Amino acid sequence: MSSTVSTRGAARESLLSRSAAMLVMLICAFYFLVPIWWLFVASTKDRSQFTTTNPLWFGDFNLFENIANLATYRDGIFFRWMLNSILYAGAGALLATLFSTMAGYAIAKYAFRGREAAFNIILGGVLVPATALALPLFLLFSQIGATNTFWSVFLPSLVSPFGVYLARIYASSSVPDEIIEAARIDGAGEVRTFFTVATRLMAPAMVTIFLFQFVSIWNNFFLPLIMLRDEELFPVTMGLYVWNTQVSQIPEIRAYVIVGALLSIIPLIIAFLGLQRFWRNGLGAGGLK
Amino acid sequence: MTAETTARRRKGIRHPAALAIFLGPFGLLFALFYLVPIGYAVYQSLLTVEREGTFGKATQVFGGLTQYAQVFQNEAFWAAVLRVLTFGVVQVPVMLGVALLLALLLDSPLVKGKKFFRLAFFAPYAVPGVIAAIMWGFLYSPKLSPFTAITGQVDFLGADLVLWAIANVVTWVYVGYNMLIIYSALLSIPTEIYEAARLDGASQARIAWSIKIPLVRPAITLTAIFSIIGTLQLLAEPQVFKSFTSAVTSTFTPNLAIYSTAAVPNVNLAAAFSVVLALFTFALSFGVLKFTQRKDDA
Repeated sequence: MSSTVSTRGAARESLLSRSAAMLVMLICAFYFLVPIWWLFVASTKDRSQFTTTNPLWFGDFNLFENIANLATYRDGIFFRWMLNSILYAGAGALLATLFSTMAGYAIAKYAFRGREAAFNIILGGVLVPATALALPLFLLFSQIGATNTFWSVFLPSLVSPFGVYLARIYASSSVPDEIIEAARIDGAGEVRTFFTVATRLMAPAMVTIFLFQFVSIWNNFFLPLIMLRDEELFPVTMGLYVWNTQVSQIPEIRAYVIVGALLSIIPLIIAFLGLQRFWRNGLGAGGLK
Repeated sequence: MTAETTARRRKGIRHPAALAIFLGPFGLLFALFYLVPIGYAVYQSLLTVEREGTFGKATQVFGGLTQYAQVFQNEAFWAAVLRVLTFGVVQVPVMLGVALLLALLLDSPLVKGKKFFRLAFFAPYAVPGVIAAIMWGFLYSPKLSPFTAITGQVDFLGADLVLWAIANVVTWVYVGYNMLIIYSALLSIPTEIYEAARLDGASQARIAWSIKIPLVRPAITLTAIFSIIGTLQLLAEPQVFKSFTSAVTSTFTPNLAIYSTAAVPNVNLAAAFSVVLALFTFALSFGVLKFTQRKDDA
């Protein structure tokens, strides 16, 4: 009797449902990967082959020539943009992670007057669309004559209310009060306890916050669009956007837009693959509570 | 126990210096770059520009709700709001439906090669909106697309379809991200919960519908709220599409309207637009949150 039940329970799903499931997966994989494949193939072609050969298969492999041309076009401004993006997003996300983890930890672990009120205001901040802030930020920065500067794009990106929310949830569930208490008894200061004990326990949440913020700064478009006039300060998305608007006047720029687009997505892919062990665990924390 | 916790909590107040260090940097930046701009936008939206004669010097004076009256009479702005709402009503359910389906399939024993599929679906999230829009602009092109058999016949960049062409770009980028949030929630459900259902011979579809989906509803709510916020903020993709087609006007979405109004420059009206849009977004995401919470209580 019990063996019948277990064979029934463990019975393989029918061939039909397995095939249907695999078919859905394959169609979706095709949909998600073909545009990236197209971009890669297009980046390997020279100008004449771009229009004359099959868009989804290789002609002569000119990827490295194309990159070399891109590196010299307009004194290599493209790589300047890449560096800017890495600086805006890398340094910005690093500091934002530190600040929001400290704040979330403090809200989770210390009682102080107005704690819930402060947390609710920060939570409200999660729901404020970032683009609603871009215009008033521009007006404020222009009051002090600081638009079109590195800081006008960098400083606003150091704030991550969602990070505080995630850090608070994570700190409540994964940093036991007993450990903090034990560190106090050992004579460690509060700040030292945070940096030596709490950050270690909160590492998955911190990686998640870092990645979220990195992506949102890397993808942020309205703020640089409204703040920056000087090409030298552009992040890579902004630079490619401007080039793309010039394609009809300067046709050869199209090749640079395509190779540039390919190069611009590589850092994020590396960041995701390298850190996926962490963020897959961390992501669930935000969704569950 | 309660007394002990209270005692411990009271002890916490004894660390004002540590609290200042922990909360100071975030608090300062949050105030400077969130609260002050919101306040300043409200302030700017209450001003109006007055000129002495046609060519006289322009001065900003307090105008009360003049700008808001302008906002409510501005047909282009409301057309843009209606356009993104139409977009959201279709695109958000489609995107989240696909994300949920893919997450459930990844979590079921029906599929092989899970690691590959997970990465394949998530890969587009690494492509910034601007870049995704540029790529799809080429893919929609009647001449350069790999799918000229279709794009030669159907004008995806024409006035009728361009909104849905943009919807496809947004869907392409964000399905994998939403799928991953739902999938992580699915992974954290202990398998014992549906072991019994499996033993009773319930199909995977039945388990998904009756057990898994109700358990991951908080994750779905979260993705829905983020998607609604994203929809109302739509900017990068239509801004890029402006170089591919004239069907995208300078007031195509609310944020494009804000950008072009600020460029006029009519910053006071643009500030009023920003305030109205932010309140609208806030109300809508709050509404979704409350609506789903009420369902949880029932």
